Amino acid sequence: MSKKIHVKTTINSEEVEFLCEPRQSLLECLRDIVGLTGSKEGCNDGNCGACTVNLDGRIVDSCLVFGVEVDGKEVNTIEGVAYKDELHPIQKAFLENAALQCGICTPGFIVASKALLERNPNPTEKDVRFWLAGNLCRCTGYDKIVRAVLDAAEKMRVN
Amino acid sequence: MTTKNNKFKVIGTRPIRHDGTDKVTGRAQYGADFSMPRMLSGKILRSPHAHAKIISIDTSSAEKIHGVEAIITGKDLPETANSDGEDRKVTLGELSTDLKYLREGIMATEKAVFKGQPIAAVAATNVHIAEEACKAIKISYEVLDAVITAPEAMKANAPIIQEDLRTTELGEKLNSQTNIAEHLQDKLGDVDKGFDESDIVIEREFNTSTVHQGYIEPHNCVAHWRDDGRIHIWNTTQGPFNVRDATAEVLNVSLSAVKLTPLEIGGGFGGKFEPYLEPVAAILSKKTGRPVKIVMTRSEELEATGPTPGSNIRVKIGATKEGKLVAAEAVLKYEAGAFPGSPVAAAAACVFAPYNIPNQSVDGYDVLVNKTKTAAYRAPGATNAEFASETIIDELAHKLNIDPIEFRLMNASNEGTRATDGTKFHNIGLTEVLEAMKNDPHYKSDLSKPKTQNKIRGRGVAVGFWMNAGLQSSVNLALNQDGTVNLTEGSPDIGGSRTSISMQAAEVLGIKAEDVHPSVVDTDSIGYTFGTGGSRTTFATGWAAYEAAKDLKNKMIERAALIWDVDSNLVSMNDGVLNTNGSKNKSMTFKELAIEMNGSGGPIMGQGTVDPKGVGKSFAGLIVDIELDTETGKTQILKVTCVQDCGKAIHPSYVEGQMQGGTVQGIGWALNEEYYMDRNAKMSNNSLLDYRMPTSLDLPMINTVIVEVPNEGHPFGVRGVGEVNIVAPPAAIANAISDAAKIRMEVLPMNPQAVLKTINENNRKL
Repeated sequence: MSKKIHVKTTINSEEVEFLCEPRQSLLECLRDIVGLTGSKEGCNDGNCGACTVNLDGRIVDSCLVFGVEVDGKEVNTIEGVAYKDELHPIQKAFLENAALQCGICTPGFIVASKALLERNPNPTEKDVRFWLAGNLCRCTGYDKIVRAVLDAAEKMRVN
Repeated sequence: MTTKNNKFKVIGTRPIRHDGTDKVTGRAQYGADFSMPRMLSGKILRSPHAHAKIISIDTSSAEKIHGVEAIITGKDLPETANSDGEDRKVTLGELSTDLKYLREGIMATEKAVFKGQPIAAVAATNVHIAEEACKAIKISYEVLDAVITAPEAMKANAPIIQEDLRTTELGEKLNSQTNIAEHLQDKLGDVDKGFDESDIVIEREFNTSTVHQGYIEPHNCVAHWRDDGRIHIWNTTQGPFNVRDATAEVLNVSLSAVKLTPLEIGGGFGGKFEPYLEPVAAILSKKTGRPVKIVMTRSEELEATGPTPGSNIRVKIGATKEGKLVAAEAVLKYEAGAFPGSPVAAAAACVFAPYNIPNQSVDGYDVLVNKTKTAAYRAPGATNAEFASETIIDELAHKLNIDPIEFRLMNASNEGTRATDGTKFHNIGLTEVLEAMKNDPHYKSDLSKPKTQNKIRGRGVAVGFWMNAGLQSSVNLALNQDGTVNLTEGSPDIGGSRTSISMQAAEVLGIKAEDVHPSVVDTDSIGYTFGTGGSRTTFATGWAAYEAAKDLKNKMIERAALIWDVDSNLVSMNDGVLNTNGSKNKSMTFKELAIEMNGSGGPIMGQGTVDPKGVGKSFAGLIVDIELDTETGKTQILKVTCVQDCGKAIHPSYVEGQMQGGTVQGIGWALNEEYYMDRNAKMSNNSLLDYRMPTSLDLPMINTVIVEVPNEGHPFGVRGVGEVNIVAPPAAIANAISDAAKIRMEVLPMNPQAVLKTINENNRKL
């Protein structure tokens, strides 16, 4: 076993320190060391998007980032999307539009959608489809997910 | 949209699902999210060859690696023969299988029969050490010739995959070595006479590739073989009781020695009924005395779980010049994988089911090939077969110059129509589905024109049939003193079924869906419940909830009668209010009785168990517009409308979700997805980059039309909705390609290469 490395980072606005092996991915660190299991492993090779997190303002597949790379950086995961007991408008829109079935891809879609709406508050259907093309969903056929994101965008613009 | 008015208060509405908040916040606990103190990680070493004798296994170097706690091989699994030396059979839900095949699939002993078959497993202090240990295990193989398609495997000189296999030929065992596990046949009328009477006969041969369910969550489990002899398993499964029973059979323990706790499930589509990991983790746990967790990688998923079979299908259909179908014949050769058990019998029952055809003959072959054993995938067997038959139906309609929906309506199965096996259809909604398709604005609209020169557009339609399942379910209800109800059930919730089940209880009790608190519980805590599959959960577990709610309601009526000191016959409960007429004219709400519950005689519970027979058979149709790039061969879906008879849509949003999801899986199957096997029978595209499932960018919105022809066999009219929607898309898209390019596709997937090849072949013929 290789020597463990000390990592000091910010996760969902809280300072977090952990020890990890250099070969451990950020996804593995989040799930197995920090205890945040909301980011899911669907493929572990960057093709499904279920492990999407926000790293210093960019969305990344956390299975493709090493844990040691986030030292000194800011990580935001699905666990940080709701504000205390208040769901984010995107989360509400996913519920109201029945935009999830099994729910395993949902955390990745919500983290990715949030990043889209922060950049583009008024996306077209095509914008949403393009932005979310890195997140696979096998249950919904994407229809209700796209509608939920457009619905959330509209509600966020009004507020 | 829905087509009928709603006479219910809860059913037909769209409440927020009960587990929704947990699933949008990352709090919901899926199988791989579960862990325990002192837990070890397991890893399975798999065969790199599709067909090879195992000569020797040397684990000595691997055992020396620091952190390795146990290594097992196939010999560590219990023997499958009973005391008479006969191999035991095991019942897995509806199907019976030879236990030896189940065991060999979990871990090989003498011979590997597919690439990815488990050979050994390691438990170590973390998964990276377990992976290193797997690499350090030395195995020597004698590689054998492999065979990967049904027609090849059926040849007399094909490599034999299971030496002891004998064909069951129309119910009789033959006695020579073979890869054909079974030949079945259904006949109706006189098919030769029927073809003689036909004015037009079309015959084609189709080949379809192996495709995977592609659920996003890989298989996983934690097993703990406890000191008291009980084995506790936490996992992701569609069938907690099915996997409990199968795991117990493989481990040769009493079934109730296994307690299975199903955690949240990340998709299944039929693929999560099998005990791939549980017996392995349990034996590793027994050896180490510690809980063991195993999670599959995506390549393990694709190579070593149960995709749906590739197939070779010949279909011939004859009609009169007036457009009456007279005769139909099919020969279905389905790949089982390396052990018997393809869904060819289901395919045979589906292939001509949409039509009233007096003369039919269907032959089905269950054929072993050196691929992973197939499993169920959404209407298993039906999509391959109906791709073939619906393509030919479309071609007949065009040759006869009859509108393809009109042609289907002229020949549609209806009340009393005989199916291939001679049974009669009853209470089906195919005509209503076809009428809805014909009247849909999509079908009435003109096909839009392409914007560039090398693009052509086409429209296609097709219908699909699936049987659906009934089977056993159990539900308990417990009244809370605040007027809510706790509902416990055993059906893992893959797509909102907690809510569709709770809504049926709420409807009976006259309370809100939100006042029912549903929980999916472990196998120690609820009566037997067959798994979430076969489009059965909202139908059967929902019915159990209906029965439990009626039981609870009766007990509440009795309690009110006790409180009021009147005969219970004089008490009624409607819309959540209890009333008594007669000498004492009193009433109390559901909640008021709940508050008084403990002081008036104690807790009140209801119970419902069902084994329903009134399964509603289902039909769905698809209208699809496509644009074909004649330079690249790429097909783009422009517009799509799915029409399905749902009996009664309990929660319309989640019914639409099933229709949209099934449609898109059908689109992926039609255009992209396939197991691309190399010369050595190894899958070349074993990642989600190369096994290309549809993304959001590939698709338009998926229009849905819910048709409601109530199922007389269910108290609320429910028909299963989960599966039939996948059946029509490949045929509908093939028919749209034909409309655009005047070619007939005979392969799945219809990827750019396949389309260009067919266009070129067609050009050569002209």
